[in-house]
Amino acid sequence: MGQLTTGEREFASVILLVLMILGIAMAAAGRFDPMGVHGGMVFLYSGALLWWILTSFFGKEPDASRFSSYYDDPIKVGVALTLFWAVFGMFIGVWAAAQLAWPSLNFDTAWSSFGRIRPAHTTGVIFGFGGNALIATSFHVVQRTSRARLADQLSPWFVIFGYNLFCLIAVSGYFMGVTQSKEYAEAEWYADIWLVIVWIAYFVLFVRTLARRKEPHIYVANWYYLAFILVVAILHIVNNLAVPVSLGNAKSYTVWSGVQDAMVQWWYGHNAVAFFLTAGFLGMLYYYLPIRAQRPIFSYRLSILSFWGITFFYMWAGSHHLHYTALPLWVQNLGMTFSVMLLVPSWASAGNALLTLNGAWHRVRDDATLRFIMMAAFFYGLSTFEGSFMAIRPVNSLSHYTDWTVGHVHAGALGWVAMITFGSFYTLVPSIWKRERMYSSALVEVHFWLAVIGTLIYVFAMWNSGIIQGLMWRTYSPDNTLVYSFVDSLLAMYPYYIARAFGGLLFLIGAIVASFNIWMTVRTVPVAVQASSDAPLPSGIYGATTSPAE
Amino acid sequence: MAIEETDQVTGRRTTGHIWNGIKELDTPIPRGVLIFLIVTHLFAALWWVLHPAWPLGTTYTKGLIGGDQKQTVERKIVEAAASRVPWTERIEKESFDQIRADGQLMSKVNASGHQLFGDNCAACHGRDGKGGQNYPDLTDDDWLWGGEPERIVETMTVGVNSRHSNSRVSQMPAFGADEMLDRKQVTDVASFVYSLSSQEASGAESLGDIEAGRQVFVTSCASCHGENAKGKADLGAPNLTDGRWIYGGTLSQIIETVHGGRQGHMPTWDERLTPAEIKILALYVSGLGGKQP
Ligand code: HEM
Ligand code: HEM
Repeated sequence: MGQLTTGEREFASVILLVLMILGIAMAAAGRFDPMGVHGGMVFLYSGALLWWILTSFFGKEPDASRFSSYYDDPIKVGVALTLFWAVFGMFIGVWAAAQLAWPSLNFDTAWSSFGRIRPAHTTGVIFGFGGNALIATSFHVVQRTSRARLADQLSPWFVIFGYNLFCLIAVSGYFMGVTQSKEYAEAEWYADIWLVIVWIAYFVLFVRTLARRKEPHIYVANWYYLAFILVVAILHIVNNLAVPVSLGNAKSYTVWSGVQDAMVQWWYGHNAVAFFLTAGFLGMLYYYLPIRAQRPIFSYRLSILSFWGITFFYMWAGSHHLHYTALPLWVQNLGMTFSVMLLVPSWASAGNALLTLNGAWHRVRDDATLRFIMMAAFFYGLSTFEGSFMAIRPVNSLSHYTDWTVGHVHAGALGWVAMITFGSFYTLVPSIWKRERMYSSALVEVHFWLAVIGTLIYVFAMWNSGIIQGLMWRTYSPDNTLVYSFVDSLLAMYPYYIARAFGGLLFLIGAIVASFNIWMTVRTVPVAVQASSDAPLPSGIYGATTSPAE
Repeated sequence: MAIEETDQVTGRRTTGHIWNGIKELDTPIPRGVLIFLIVTHLFAALWWVLHPAWPLGTTYTKGLIGGDQKQTVERKIVEAAASRVPWTERIEKESFDQIRADGQLMSKVNASGHQLFGDNCAACHGRDGKGGQNYPDLTDDDWLWGGEPERIVETMTVGVNSRHSNSRVSQMPAFGADEMLDRKQVTDVASFVYSLSSQEASGAESLGDIEAGRQVFVTSCASCHGENAKGKADLGAPNLTDGRWIYGGTLSQIIETVHGGRQGHMPTWDERLTPAEIKILALYVSGLGGKQP
């Protein structure tokens, strides 16, 4: 914040004042509705930020030397917010898991019922944890690989705080019962409109920074980040087209109807997986893996193959979420075949990552951070294989509606998304805070094992329970009657639900350990002598640095 | 400024691009990947030839095998029903005694009864049929509407206080709330009813006057629950002497029942289950332990 110029401080204050007025308007128009509460939250949130700016409003103008360093302050805030959402979202996940084993843990109140905390979990982890991690790392990666400072100083803050306002409105809405009932797009219309504005600012900032790059080529990681930003914008806008009941009401109705609505939703849902939970995190992988392993990427050609394969094939695959439904059979078949073809580009990425480690396996052995990244690539390969397999209609007839899907999701979410994030953070944090190292490498090691064991327990429990469920639902006696009732299958799930909650708890503890370790790194580890290469290049010079900068 | 070099470990050339120290090798795409790519594409192409797959304006490619989900499901349902006919037909036709006498048939009844009960009845009556607060236990000998299989079939078919036109109807009035009895009378009669099944309900512990309660019972309750309070199955009025309760048997719960009245609801299964399924369930339920002496 200290680097904002007077003009930027003024502009920020104007934006925040406008937001405060908007908040008041929402509170007034929605006073008989949860939207009123959201208006109050918008008001307080922007008021608090305005207060923060005003405290240093008349501070001295930053000097021009800032242009010879990267702009990392917003990344630091992004890291802190990521960790906050990680702990929050995973805590809610453990709670939801415990409710499935012991339903009375909802304490008989509306806000804490399973139907409300479940989207609070998914939004908390995907958008809160995952989204903040993507934004923070993308700011880091795009600056380093372009050897250029972020294109301006205000919009990174706008993106980070605006995005977190969206997450806050979304999650608090679910607790009050506000939802569009579209999975991963539950947030209502005003939050959605706000996200569009934030996202456009993000896109513009990213592209402008890329345009200022001092390297002739755009690095692979940035292709993925850009695909993530661009496609998520398109998905978000199309799926959330809706008409609100009134301007003072949180409820809206989607413009899509019937099976088209279902198809749009799962085109969105699947590509949210593809471009939010996959493409963006592949961007992370492509930067932090070679940096940490100190190895060149195994094959540039494979990178190209997998990038275009993934971006092209994913777009067609959404209908595999609607097998055996009212969706016409031909659409299902098309989605299924594209999901199968998607496997090779997906594995090409995982393979490219693992083969990059050739020559660095001794580091994998010694460095838990690199092991996080290696495990992430492994689980990425696993969950994409599983996904393509589950997309085959006869397989899906067994897996659909069962915990197998939930197991697949968390192999991806815990094993891939969360592990690559932690691996990247353990590399990123010492770099942007200019510390010699993490506070405790022993704690990184502890976290690694908590994460791996937690994930394995979670995933194995869900594979078992999912396949048992699927089989129980389709077991017929020789007299052609069903052998089990649904309740029988629930009873059979009980031990697995306990195991899953336990595995999730380990994973959550790991995230808390990570937060502590990162906090202590910032607080106590001495500042390192700054690597001179960790700075943008002056304009006009194409970089030729050969030594890894961090 | 592209500076290509050779990587020591793999012996491959780099592409010459460098980003903050990151380099890339120019390794060709491994043959395995290409083969795998071809295999998955061939699989997809084959699937497109065989099955409906690509849109063509207002229609779509039908594929050599073709297929239609709706027809498939309908066919399978018909086939499955047909395969059950040999024994479900017997269940529909034969009397309960005949069915019970045939061990083989009874094992089919119990197997499918378990699933039918679990998916349709357990939500209220519990997986084991033992009921719970507000829902009757089906495993004791205490029947509201009679426990012979024929009567169970009737209860299931028309329901209790359901929207079926011949529904069984029963209601216990709200004696207190509707001011048919005053506060003391409610307490007295509840104490009397409590004393019928509870040994310790004498003197000090009971709130009301049991003798006065007995009088209230005779005038207000006996018409449904019977002079001896043992209930009447043709009215669906429960036996109050056996210590088995639907709405709870503590004194305060009984006071609540007398004060506010009760009207339980059981849906009609006429439209949702076939006659054979209802018969299977009647046999299954009467086998749970609740045999009318
Ligand atoms: C502490 C670790 C976690 C636990 C205990 C946990 C638990 C749960 C539970 C109980 C559900 C509901 C499953 C159901 O409805 O049957 C769920 C759903 C979900 N979780 Fe998690 N979770 C954890 C971490 C994560 C993370 C880190 C992510 C993403 C990055 C994630 C993404 C999701 C998604 C996308 C769903 C929806 C799945 C579906 O609809 O099939 N979870 N989780
Ligand atoms: C080649 C890649 C992949 C394919 C083909 C694929 C395919 C599938 C399939 C077939 C389902 C089940 C749909 C259903 O029966 O309802 C599914 C669900 C899901 N997958 Fe994947 N998957 C892939 C990769 C991933 C990855 C890497 C992640 C996450 C990080 C992921 C996250 C999810 C989620 C969140 C769901 C649950 C959606 C819901 O709420 O129902 N997938 N995927």
